[in-house]
Amino acid sequence: MAKRLRKTVKKLLKRAVNGHHSTHHAVEQFLYRQADLLDSKRWEDWIGLFADDGVYWMPPDPSYTTWDGTPAIFAEDKNLMRVRMGRVLHPDAWSQRPLWGTNHVVSNVIIEKEGPNGDVIARSRFHMMELRRDDVRHFAGSYMHQLKKTAEGYRIKLQRVDMTNAQAAYDYVLQIWV
Amino acid sequence: MLREPIADLSKCVEPDRVRREVYTDPQIFELEMQRIHERVWIYCGHESQIPKSGDYYTVQVGRQPMLMVRGSDGSISVLYNRCPHRGNMMVGDRYGNTGEFFRCSYHAWTFHHDGKLKNIPMYESGYSGTRFTRDNPDCSMKRAARVESYRGFVFCSLAHEGPGLLEFLGESKVAFDDMCDRAPRGEVEVVPNCFRVIQHSNWKIFLENQLDALHPSVTHQSTGRAAHEVEKQLAKKAKKGEAPLSYHMLSAFATVTIDKWDAFQTINYPNGHCILTGYMGLRPQDPDTLAYDKIMIQAYGEKRFKEIVGVNIHHVLIYPGLSVQSPLQQLRAVRPLSVDRTLTEIWHFRLKGAPEPIYRRSLAYYNLVNSPATLVNADDLENFWKCHQGLASEGGDWVTFGRHLGRDIEKDGHVETAPNCGTSEAPMRNQMKAWAEYMRG
Repeated sequence: MAKRLRKTVKKLLKRAVNGHHSTHHAVEQFLYRQADLLDSKRWEDWIGLFADDGVYWMPPDPSYTTWDGTPAIFAEDKNLMRVRMGRVLHPDAWSQRPLWGTNHVVSNVIIEKEGPNGDVIARSRFHMMELRRDDVRHFAGSYMHQLKKTAEGYRIKLQRVDMTNAQAAYDYVLQIWV
Repeated sequence: MLREPIADLSKCVEPDRVRREVYTDPQIFELEMQRIHERVWIYCGHESQIPKSGDYYTVQVGRQPMLMVRGSDGSISVLYNRCPHRGNMMVGDRYGNTGEFFRCSYHAWTFHHDGKLKNIPMYESGYSGTRFTRDNPDCSMKRAARVESYRGFVFCSLAHEGPGLLEFLGESKVAFDDMCDRAPRGEVEVVPNCFRVIQHSNWKIFLENQLDALHPSVTHQSTGRAAHEVEKQLAKKAKKGEAPLSYHMLSAFATVTIDKWDAFQTINYPNGHCILTGYMGLRPQDPDTLAYDKIMIQAYGEKRFKEIVGVNIHHVLIYPGLSVQSPLQQLRAVRPLSVDRTLTEIWHFRLKGAPEPIYRRSLAYYNLVNSPATLVNADDLENFWKCHQGLASEGGDWVTFGRHLGRDIEKDGHVETAPNCGTSEAPMRNQMKAWAEYMRG
């Protein structure tokens, strides 16, 4: 009995290390890098993580199942992302003039699905602190990433962001992606 | 009750300027709630927010927590969200369904949808011989003094006296006509989502900005430029040479340069209401528009159709609490929270019977301009906050509204801006005139 149990555990461990473990590590590194690009305001590189048809989506309610044709806090393809980037970089973006910065922590990464071609669906949790002028705000929630495996690494097909406070009133607004 | 310097409110408002305390004094704020918001007609919501019996939606009217509820007979009541027994809030959720009756979570008093007492646990043994008889109105939930709706838009007034809703709205009712008439079936329904954003500024600063035709090219230059750059790239790639309309809606902030805004017009009505004429255009030759036109002509006939789409409106401001963008089927309701905090509740409506692309066109505007991640309003809110901070200082006593003063044209009880004077501060003068009249009490 004990022998059989040991064997099963060994088998499971081997599978975890060889198969899932490398995916898990790669996805974690990707998510950390994405968060780091946001916090260091490298918007162009951040947009570059999306596939050409990639979408960044923040629904107003967790019950939503599609961004297409529904109210959305964010529902942006790369073109709209470039409008947002262009706005915050413009010298007359008044709301961006005061001191402003964020700090993301990403954790609880779960690989939901991995396809034979290496495409991945991953879920994770985030916590973000924002400083603007003298005001601190905290946001938290979950990410769902649909990642496409390419020669250059993962590219985002869809990033869904569910804010824990999605349905609460927003004290001021969100200016950049979370 | 008021401190000496502001006791005489009549000295706070002159035809072309207003004392700064009007925006920053907490006591004036309390008085405004009493004399304006808790007296005039305030927008509660749209009938389609509460389609089924027992559906309710809470709403703040002045300082009063109210709820709008659908009865089993289909009628709509607006009640104070308060149990008459010990004052407990009747519903704790922002919206929901109360079932066949309200039941207080404290001592289980129950009430019909119209607020009338239904039952009290062990009523006979507990209350016989007391003044708390079933027909005592103090044993029922208190109702708003008056409730009226126009084309599905529900308003309440917490005062028994005063003009009826239509008289109060006057010409500003065009906001609802323009929105509903654009639907082939003559009605709209709410898209079930409300974006709620809090501004750190006095409620009047937001309303004054709504019809301020000079600000867009200054405040929104960054968005306009950024959108225009991407729009140009997309147009180059597109077969017909046009980027999606949503890019044009944003780029207009930059392409309509500051000197061109005088070409628009505001029309100012009694009670502080006003209209800003349209400037964005909805692409009359676009295939989506043409398909929609066809359905509209079938529904209304050629002549009426032309009248409907010929209505030239960008914003309608219904003072003191509603900004309606009828051609794009959205509205912002203003809920003052305190002298320096204002909640806006932003809704989008679907034109019943209109094709999907028309819904999507206005949805794009709703998401891009009015969501909590707005590409546009972030800079407005920044200005509102800065405005409020400046007014709280002693760096000056007045806010001035002198632009194009004396050039406005008065006719038939309303004030129009003169040709090529669209940036006139007439809407602010008009709002403050109404404010002063209301505050006289």
